[in-house]
Amino acid sequence: MTTQGNGEASAEVSSWGRYPRVRQEVRELQWRSEPLGAPSSERTVLPYGQGRTYGDGCLNEGGTLLATERLDRIVSFDPETGVLEAEAGLTLYDLLHFAVPKGWFLPVSPGTQFVSLGGAVANDIHGKNHHRAGTFGRHVLGIELERSEEGRISCGPEHESELFRATVAGLGLTGLMRTVTVQLKKIESPYFDVETVKFDRVEEFFELARESDREYEYTVAWIDCIHSTPHIGRGLFMRGNHSAAQSPQELQHVASPARLRVPFSFPRFALNRYSLGLFNTCYYQKQREKVKKSREHYRPFFYPLDAVHHWNRIYGTRGFLQFQCVVPCEGDIIPIRRILERVVRYGKASFLAVIKEFGDLPSPGMLSFPRPGVTLCLDFPMDGARTLQLFSELEALVLEYGGAMYPAKDACMTGKAFQQFFPEWRTFAAFRDPQFSSSFWRRVTDGVIDER
Amino acid sequence: MTEQRTGQGDILIFGATSCIAEHVARQYAAAGRGLFLVARSEEKLEIVKKDLLARGAARVRTAALDLGELASLQRWLREDFHALHRESPIDTVLVAHGVLPDQGAIQDQWSEIARSYDVNLLSPLLIVTELAPHLSGGVIAVITSVAGDRGRQSNYIYGAAKGGVSLYLQGVRNRFAKQGVHILDIRPGFVDTPMTAHVKKGPLFASPEQVASGIVHAVRKRKDIVYLPWFWRFILFIIKLIPESLFKKLSL
Ligand SMILES: Cc1cc2nc3c(=O)[nH]c(=O)nc-3n(C[C@H](O)[C@H](O)[C@H](O)COP(=O)(O)OP(=O)(O)OC[C@H]3O[C@@H](n4cnc5c(N)ncnc54)[C@H](O)[C@@H]3O)c2cc1C
Ligand SMILES: NC(=O)c1ccc[n+]([C@@H]2O[C@H](COP(=O)([O-])OP(=O)(O)OC[C@H]3O[C@@H](n4cnc5c(N)ncnc54)[C@H](OP(=O)(O)O)[C@@H]3O)[C@@H](O)[C@H]2O)c1
Repeated sequence: MTTQGNGEASAEVSSWGRYPRVRQEVRELQWRSEPLGAPSSERTVLPYGQGRTYGDGCLNEGGTLLATERLDRIVSFDPETGVLEAEAGLTLYDLLHFAVPKGWFLPVSPGTQFVSLGGAVANDIHGKNHHRAGTFGRHVLGIELERSEEGRISCGPEHESELFRATVAGLGLTGLMRTVTVQLKKIESPYFDVETVKFDRVEEFFELARESDREYEYTVAWIDCIHSTPHIGRGLFMRGNHSAAQSPQELQHVASPARLRVPFSFPRFALNRYSLGLFNTCYYQKQREKVKKSREHYRPFFYPLDAVHHWNRIYGTRGFLQFQCVVPCEGDIIPIRRILERVVRYGKASFLAVIKEFGDLPSPGMLSFPRPGVTLCLDFPMDGARTLQLFSELEALVLEYGGAMYPAKDACMTGKAFQQFFPEWRTFAAFRDPQFSSSFWRRVTDGVIDER
Repeated sequence: MTEQRTGQGDILIFGATSCIAEHVARQYAAAGRGLFLVARSEEKLEIVKKDLLARGAARVRTAALDLGELASLQRWLREDFHALHRESPIDTVLVAHGVLPDQGAIQDQWSEIARSYDVNLLSPLLIVTELAPHLSGGVIAVITSVAGDRGRQSNYIYGAAKGGVSLYLQGVRNRFAKQGVHILDIRPGFVDTPMTAHVKKGPLFASPEQVASGIVHAVRKRKDIVYLPWFWRFILFIIKLIPESLFKKLSL
């Protein structure tokens, strides 16, 4: 890293997938009152939250990242209505730490609490309750945006609503979010009543999903993408509801914070078909009974991976790629089956394969990923050409079935695929701030010279 | 006045918009304490005030002052301080403001050096001198630095100010011990804050939250000198053992 003297430093930054790694300037923002300054003709900028995006969505090669980590202040909170306005760099971890003891919870939670509010909005994230609550953006009441030409503009579902639709899932390209106002959800207890059901084939997953979505607010399943005998797609289906309070002090309970950390990058040979297969078998066999019931604190229930800091290092320095798609299903399981078969044949999908059926509540953003269908999410160690070949085949399958891939988890989708997955992209492009760009955006719009 | 008073009065923070101070203030706010914030920017004070109120502070009062302007600071300490102390008593003071001068750029320019001493040396000494007699039963905590433990060519302008404050605190601690005024010297190592935005972060860096917790703990336990995180005590112990004849040949 070289110092520029003005708090800007040139650094090699990688996203959560540690692939790709690119050079760019990093500018740390400190105060929401400080203006961004005059636009520069040479460099584009991109807001950066917690860097939990996997591919290049939070990177801007040759440009500048506006680091928002310090913009983590609360502007106002109404304990009666649960309306919170906070700076966009506030992490969901800190938000929960603040709100849970007061009886309020996130309306939508991703699989890690180490993401910022801005990141949650910019990718219009989804969680285990998608079938009930839809995406995060549906609970956003307003955004204070700073744009390079217009300066500060506030937008929301009811005012400047087109700019709002562009900014939610706007990949950081419509300007810098200064503050976000979000409607939290009332809870009595930080605990969840959870049931885990074992299933031994993908067909059974669909039956469980249909049956559970009516009675459970939160559902998700882990699926084995290594073994295919006797059936493809054995797994564990998890479903849960907010628990009723067992004591008035319960809201103050905190689960023990993360204690484990992966201190260095693992050598690549540690991950192979056999070790991954063994992991999957152990995970599946850990549960003996068909149905297991438990009462769990929100931390282990929502964020099991957060217990191990830097778990991305187990993939070594070459990093890994995540693949997340949604394909329509309407009772037809062939699309998801074919995708699973392709993955199983490849043999090196990892432990973190997750499957969930999205509901049909509309997503607010022009580029929102969630839509009705089944979503499958898994990661692969980056093994060069072989892995890229797999991704291009998976992309072809998703295109064929009229699905979409998730930009927050992507390092290699083609421009052609992006434009088909997100048909509103041209409307969106008109709202992009010309000063803002990202490696992802340039990749998927490359070849379209005039995007307007 | 008795010792029990600490823990009930308001906390007065100089340099309250510093990153470390802000995190200390958040912990007190969450515990429902009242705060009085002094810093030079009205705009930043307003942002911090809103945040602390939302986090549960009983009350937040503010004053905008340039802490490098010693004459106006002294006036404030002699007049305004007493008025607000009467309005709602203060039993804990944290002095957090500071600047990290670019040693290479100013080491031959006396006016710049002297200006940094107004903020890093004289201003904390003035505050301690004026307030200590009025805080029996209370605590005055000052953030100095491990850089004050030994002069090094790369950072002695800053280091000498911090070391000077530490030495002064030692004397004041001694003088006021019987009156129950507790003087705490906080010596952080590298902390990831705007002050070090230009420095490459390594494993020795602590987070401002972590250092803030250490400060709140040290205030509660009425410690005299704390190194934050603790391992810096050990590192500085070793550094101080190196004989000067050898030390002067190193480029530290
Ligand atoms: C373990 C793990 C589990 C995950 N689980 C889920 C899941 O269940 N569901 C899901 O939807 N996603 C999930 N994700 C993805 C993650 O939620 C998104 O990538 C999220 O956007 C990351 O937020 P961040 O703060 O790290 O933002 P970054 O990765 O730093 O940035 C993401 C995007 O947000 C933009 N941005 C950030 N801050 C601002 C701002 N202030 N103003 C404007 N734009 C801004 C950036 O420009 C960039 O485009 C998961 C990620 C991980 C690592
Ligand atoms: N970060 C480290 O590694 C480290 C290590 C050891 C000790 N320390 C000490 O810790 C303390 C807090 O620093 P920090 O790390 O939190 O950095 P910081 O966020 O940069 O805080 C420094 C603060 O000092 C204020 N200040 C400077 N000159 C002032 C003046 N003339 N009048 C009023 N306020 C003034 C600044 O105010 P503005 O916001 O208005 O500029 C700023 O809020 C400092 O005393 C520092 O020396 C820091």
